[in-house]
Amino acid sequence: MSDARTQILRRLAASAAGGVPCPRLEPRRFDWTPEEARERLGAMLEAVHAEVHQVGNDWPRVLAEQLSRAGARNLVYGAEGPASRALAAGWPEDGPRLVGFDRPIEEMREMLFEQADAGFTSCLAGIAETGSLVLWPTPAEPRLLSLVPPIHCVLLARDRIHSTLHALMVNQSWPERMPTNALLISGPSKSADIEQTLAYGVHGPKRLMVLIE
Amino acid sequence: MTSELRGRARQALGRDRVRANIRRAMDGLIDKRRAAFPDDEELERLRDQGMAIRDHALANLPSLLEQLERNCAADGIEVHWARDADEAKGIILGIIRRHGGEAVIKGKSMVSEEIGLNRCLEEAGVEPIETDLGELIIQLAEEHPSHIVAPAVHKDRREIAELFGQHYPEEPYSEEIEHLTALARRIMRERFKGTKIGLSGVNFAVAETGTLCLVENEGNGRLSTTAPDVHIAVTGIEKVIARLEHLAPLLTLLTRSATGQPITTYVNMISGPRKPDELDGPREVHLVLLDNGRSRIHGDPELRATLRCIRCGACMNHCPVYVRIGGHGYGTVYPGPIGSILEPQLQGLARQGELAQASTLCGACAAVCPVRIPIPQLLNRLRQEQARAEPKARRPGAWIEGIIWRGWAWIHASPARYRGVAGLLARTAWLAKRSLGPWTRTRTAPPIAKRSLHEIARDEGLSHE
Repeated sequence: MSDARTQILRRLAASAAGGVPCPRLEPRRFDWTPEEARERLGAMLEAVHAEVHQVGNDWPRVLAEQLSRAGARNLVYGAEGPASRALAAGWPEDGPRLVGFDRPIEEMREMLFEQADAGFTSCLAGIAETGSLVLWPTPAEPRLLSLVPPIHCVLLARDRIHSTLHALMVNQSWPERMPTNALLISGPSKSADIEQTLAYGVHGPKRLMVLIE
Repeated sequence: MTSELRGRARQALGRDRVRANIRRAMDGLIDKRRAAFPDDEELERLRDQGMAIRDHALANLPSLLEQLERNCAADGIEVHWARDADEAKGIILGIIRRHGGEAVIKGKSMVSEEIGLNRCLEEAGVEPIETDLGELIIQLAEEHPSHIVAPAVHKDRREIAELFGQHYPEEPYSEEIEHLTALARRIMRERFKGTKIGLSGVNFAVAETGTLCLVENEGNGRLSTTAPDVHIAVTGIEKVIARLEHLAPLLTLLTRSATGQPITTYVNMISGPRKPDELDGPREVHLVLLDNGRSRIHGDPELRATLRCIRCGACMNHCPVYVRIGGHGYGTVYPGPIGSILEPQLQGLARQGELAQASTLCGACAAVCPVRIPIPQLLNRLRQEQARAEPKARRPGAWIEGIIWRGWAWIHASPARYRGVAGLLARTAWLAKRSLGPWTRTRTAPPIAKRSLHEIARDEGLSHE
């Protein structure tokens, strides 16, 4: 194996002259006001069939209402997540059942794939240019929460909306602190593999509910 | 041109339904790309950036690969090197066997097509499960992708409905796209839940952070890389880029050029396996770096531009040849203009050199390429090499071709000779009509004007000044 490595690198070294400077990017900037950025984010998300709700303190009640209307029987969430205490505290008694994702996937797999109707996560940031939600899954909010249940619900704080991916990466020094998994999510799962016709809800969530607080 | 490509092309031209499907899809993709880049100035600036980023990566390829390996290893990703397809398949199979894997859930990967992974797995008794909707359709039909972004673009909903009907007779038959999509979801759920090994390609590998970046819309790529215990990523050595921030313009260029989307539904950045305190994610992540002829391409300063490719497929969508013969007409893993320069280099001119002829050199591919690969220029270069490599005696008609071109040069070297011959041609046009050969077999020969453009311009009082 190391033979292959040595040989490939030696071959490449013979022709890699270097001498090309690392490109300095001058990315496009947008001078949106916070309101404009929020509007842009919402419009971009809605254009790809996400459902966007502007919410206040009572967002757990709004979410519970939406989920009940969607026929969801339960909502899986990371019990230690940053918004989880508020979620549980504000959850109406007649809302869908709250289920904590608090054990390794090996023990949660059956429930997550077979029973979960909706998953809840917080959100690190929003990107206005492309209408994207940035998730850095953590031990408290595992990766599959935003992927396996048919409905994904996201809470985004309005002061976390950035204009572009580039600005976000640079401002937050991503290169120094990349997590195991970083995600940009822009709408529910979809495919156009049949006759270039969009169909939503292929393998990931069929619906994406975004609460902007 | 040998008869093999001609034969395939003729066959492809006869399949009216496939041609209609591809034409419709390509027209749609062209419109979507156009709408996604409304500002020409911004587009050209982005293309400059894309080219500079990829050129920088290729100029520093060995050191960036070493940096990638270091940073991946630091986060627990195991890096493997493969000189060719067999070595890559051996590595992948070894990992699967070590874990006792009986099946592999696959996200879309063109490199896995390149190395013929599915056949190798089947022969080894491991079931490859294609999870991308387009790839699933192709797998059921026992075909190969006809487009690198939209693999089943040559099939319409009726064919797909019939295919699903044959393979899943217990499911209700429907030609509704929503039903077909929902069926694929139902079929795959069980597999995502229960399969221990996942495999994917890589769109960009970031050296600075040891990050594998994957883009997709369906969620099958995320599931294949997140739900199983083991994730194997396989990619060509050219996919590395130096810095994380380089992702921003490349992602914009890739998704807008490919499907006209400002961004795909999911951008998945993987920097390591599950950490001890994390509750999900694969316990092992492997990265297989494949050479398979790329280091040879890298060795040629002109042809190296081929390796800038970010696999958006825009060159195919805009190619008048691709749109008519489709991906299967080329008979290679990578079709279209990029395939016509990449495949002869990967497999050698002797095997795939004829592909360099499968172009009208119209230049549409180069005009849309997000990283400015000069495809027509490279096609010409390959044509020249092939002509030089072929002994003249073996190619019928080579000496006539030589005489014609020498005559052409002689005529065009003097205005008087040019005018004389042009006048002669105008008067003997009826002769030419019959001797245009294959060109007029399916076309009407254009009438040659009685008077030349020069004469008309002179009469109109136009002059050079």
